[in-house]
Amino acid sequence: MSFLSIRNLSVRLRKGPPLLRAVSLEVAAAQVHGLVGESGAGKSMIGKAVLGILPPSVEVTGGEIWLDGVDLLRLPARVRRQKIGATCALIPQDPLTALNPSHRIGPQITDRLVDILGWTRADADARARDLLAEVQIADPDRVMRSYPHELSGGMRQRILIASAFAAEPKLIVADEPTTALDVTVQKQILKLIGGMQARHGTALLFVTHDLGVVSKVCQRLSVLYSGLVVEDTSVADFFAAPGHPYSAALLAATPKYTDPAAGLQPVPDAVIAAVRAEVAAFDAGGAHG
Amino acid sequence: MADLYQVQDLHLSLADMTARPLMGAAPRIEILKGLSFSIPRGEVVGIVGGSGSGKSTLGRALVRLLQPSGGQVLFDGTDITHLTEAGLRPLRRRFQMIFQDPMSSLNPRHRVGTIIAEPLRLHRFDAIADRVARALDHVGLPAGFAARFPHELSGGQRQRVGIARAIALEPDFILADEIVSGLDVSSQAQVLNLLERLVRDLGLTLAFISHDLSVIRRLCQQTIVLHHGRIVENRPTAELFADPQDAYTRDLLDAIPLPDPAQRWL
Amino acid sequence: MLDGRSMVRRRAGARLWLSALWLGLLCLAALLAPWVAPKDPLAQDLFLGRLPPFWVQGAEPGYWLGTDSLGRDVLSRIVHGARVALMVALVAGTVTCLVGATLGLLAGFLRGWVDMVISRLIDIWMAFPPVLFSILLIAVLGPGLWSIIIAIVVIDWTRFARVVRAEAMAQGAMDYVASARVAGRGRIGTMLREILPNVLPTIVVLLTLEMGIAVIVEAILSFVNLSISTDDPTWGGMISEGRTSIHQAWWVLVFPLVTLFLTVLSFSQLGEGLKDRFDPVLR
Repeated sequence: MSFLSIRNLSVRLRKGPPLLRAVSLEVAAAQVHGLVGESGAGKSMIGKAVLGILPPSVEVTGGEIWLDGVDLLRLPARVRRQKIGATCALIPQDPLTALNPSHRIGPQITDRLVDILGWTRADADARARDLLAEVQIADPDRVMRSYPHELSGGMRQRILIASAFAAEPKLIVADEPTTALDVTVQKQILKLIGGMQARHGTALLFVTHDLGVVSKVCQRLSVLYSGLVVEDTSVADFFAAPGHPYSAALLAATPKYTDPAAGLQPVPDAVIAAVRAEVAAFDAGGAHG
Repeated sequence: MADLYQVQDLHLSLADMTARPLMGAAPRIEILKGLSFSIPRGEVVGIVGGSGSGKSTLGRALVRLLQPSGGQVLFDGTDITHLTEAGLRPLRRRFQMIFQDPMSSLNPRHRVGTIIAEPLRLHRFDAIADRVARALDHVGLPAGFAARFPHELSGGQRQRVGIARAIALEPDFILADEIVSGLDVSSQAQVLNLLERLVRDLGLTLAFISHDLSVIRRLCQQTIVLHHGRIVENRPTAELFADPQDAYTRDLLDAIPLPDPAQRWL
Repeated sequence: MLDGRSMVRRRAGARLWLSALWLGLLCLAALLAPWVAPKDPLAQDLFLGRLPPFWVQGAEPGYWLGTDSLGRDVLSRIVHGARVALMVALVAGTVTCLVGATLGLLAGFLRGWVDMVISRLIDIWMAFPPVLFSILLIAVLGPGLWSIIIAIVVIDWTRFARVVRAEAMAQGAMDYVASARVAGRGRIGTMLREILPNVLPTIVVLLTLEMGIAVIVEAILSFVNLSISTDDPTWGGMISEGRTSIHQAWWVLVFPLVTLFLTVLSFSQLGEGLKDRFDPVLR
């Protein structure tokens, strides 16, 4: 039984074009599922739909999001928020803007635990300290007393990761968590996320456009083009032989420094045309198979 | 002259605004700590380093957006280290820059055609409309795009407009500062292939700044690795990848996730 | 592949048209006042005092909005009052904008000692209490339209300067400014070509806001009889006179008040509506 089961989720701009076209995917408990695609493909949108944080200009037009046995879209708003708050968390993309510059770090981690989940301040602080140590921050007390601007980007991302795991969530949406980071810092952060995910047994929906990262962190992945899922398969199968021409083209575009002749191939126009035709066929009412 | 750029013992300090006292000037932090290297004409040189390595600062020093505090920068034999703006102006069309963020490097209130034509007008070129059309053609954008605003284009297209703006002046040298860092793989591949073609067709000399070694490999003949404001390696690219000498270079290489689940990485 | 979100369009707002309509009407009325106003605003006729507006029992035909205690036609006085109000609004607003925005732009973009001098100037200037300052100025310059205009400019330019300076600083950090420098553009040229167009929406909103403020300042000053020295009607003056007869003749106070309100509201809404038109991203 999957922990997260998205079935035929369709989302569009109010009175505008569709952004997600009958997206379906399954994430088992404690599994890492990658969402891959170019910018604008809709991968972030899926994560936002699950967490209930779609922008106001966007509306859901159909489908179901089953989280831990409940269809989130059929719940009343307050119940949905409680359910999501209790079981999910987000690791956002930009560590610069994700932390409030006016508050110290400590409260930013513990406030949610105390105010919404009813922990005591002492318990919450202890938990925060444990987590900061787990993400390898050397002096948790000093960091908890600091303001975000006093810390580096990598440090801030660690704090956001710690914060995400604070309430022991069953599902975390990681929205391009390393895109804004340096390549050496990225490796440390990915290692951290992978380790914590395994230790805490959390399911992870990992949004990224980097296939290299996917091959290291995820067990399954879905490839998106313009809101349509064009491939959904295991990572091992995908990298051995991608099933869809568009996926193969993405793989060919990824740089491979060990073999400079391979990699960095632009996606051929024919492949783009073909996948656009698929999208058009979907919009015209054809069944998505 | 075989070398387009000759840099000798380059030092550059910037004011540390976070440590500014109430009265008086802010203390200076040295970002570039004595760099010496040269860029041969017609070559593509990669400048690689993590954040804080000084690579962006070095790039801006080369195109004189910043003034060095010590050392010497020679462009085609001319000492540009301490030239005033007036002295630099006639030279400016010979070294151009492409910026990282396609959102903030194009003025949102100007149309694409205007953005490309501006520098041409400043340097009093003739037949501006033709040159704009040609520049768009070189980067593979339809001529009709000249009428569009930046927000009507995708990230990859905006980046190509930035390239068109740079090549329209027919410069000798272009500095590309992390121009593919914000792009997804297919746009990245397109832009890099475009640069490769332009270097070949227009005989450009290119300095390519990046924090990602994997994109350097195909494009650059020579690679300079910066760490904390110093050059730790400066070698032909193939050699660097085959046998990295410095520990930091090895770290950078190890940090690259290859799209291969079998790679022992994490 | 284009992001679907870039394809959203915004409709031209109703508020832009409504406010433009009201202000246009007002401008016409002010320009053509001698011909458009039904009666002479200064003509007194004690036998026609305190006549109600046309829809009430006892109204006199021709005096649409009634008369005040001296028998003067309220509508004509409002129309003539618009001349003073709009004159102050347009002139004071524009001059304040020019002075303030220019200084703000220079300070925000050029930085260095220019910024230091202008910022200190703004800080010191803003320390003077504005009401006191304006009364002092009027006392020195003597009452009159130009005194009011000068007073408004002298006091309010700092509002523009502060905001425009902040915006110019933010724009100055953008890569397209660096790009202009690399292309070889001089500093003043960059300021006008790259920074100004992006600061314009803010300046437009502030300008229309300032016009609304100018109208209110004039109304306040004429309320306390510090405005123009002649007998020409002003909205503030009418409100002041209307206070004493509010129970017997509510219309003498209410109509100029409503006109004042609608005018100031229109100015601010005009600014909001225009700002969107100026911004190519939202157009």
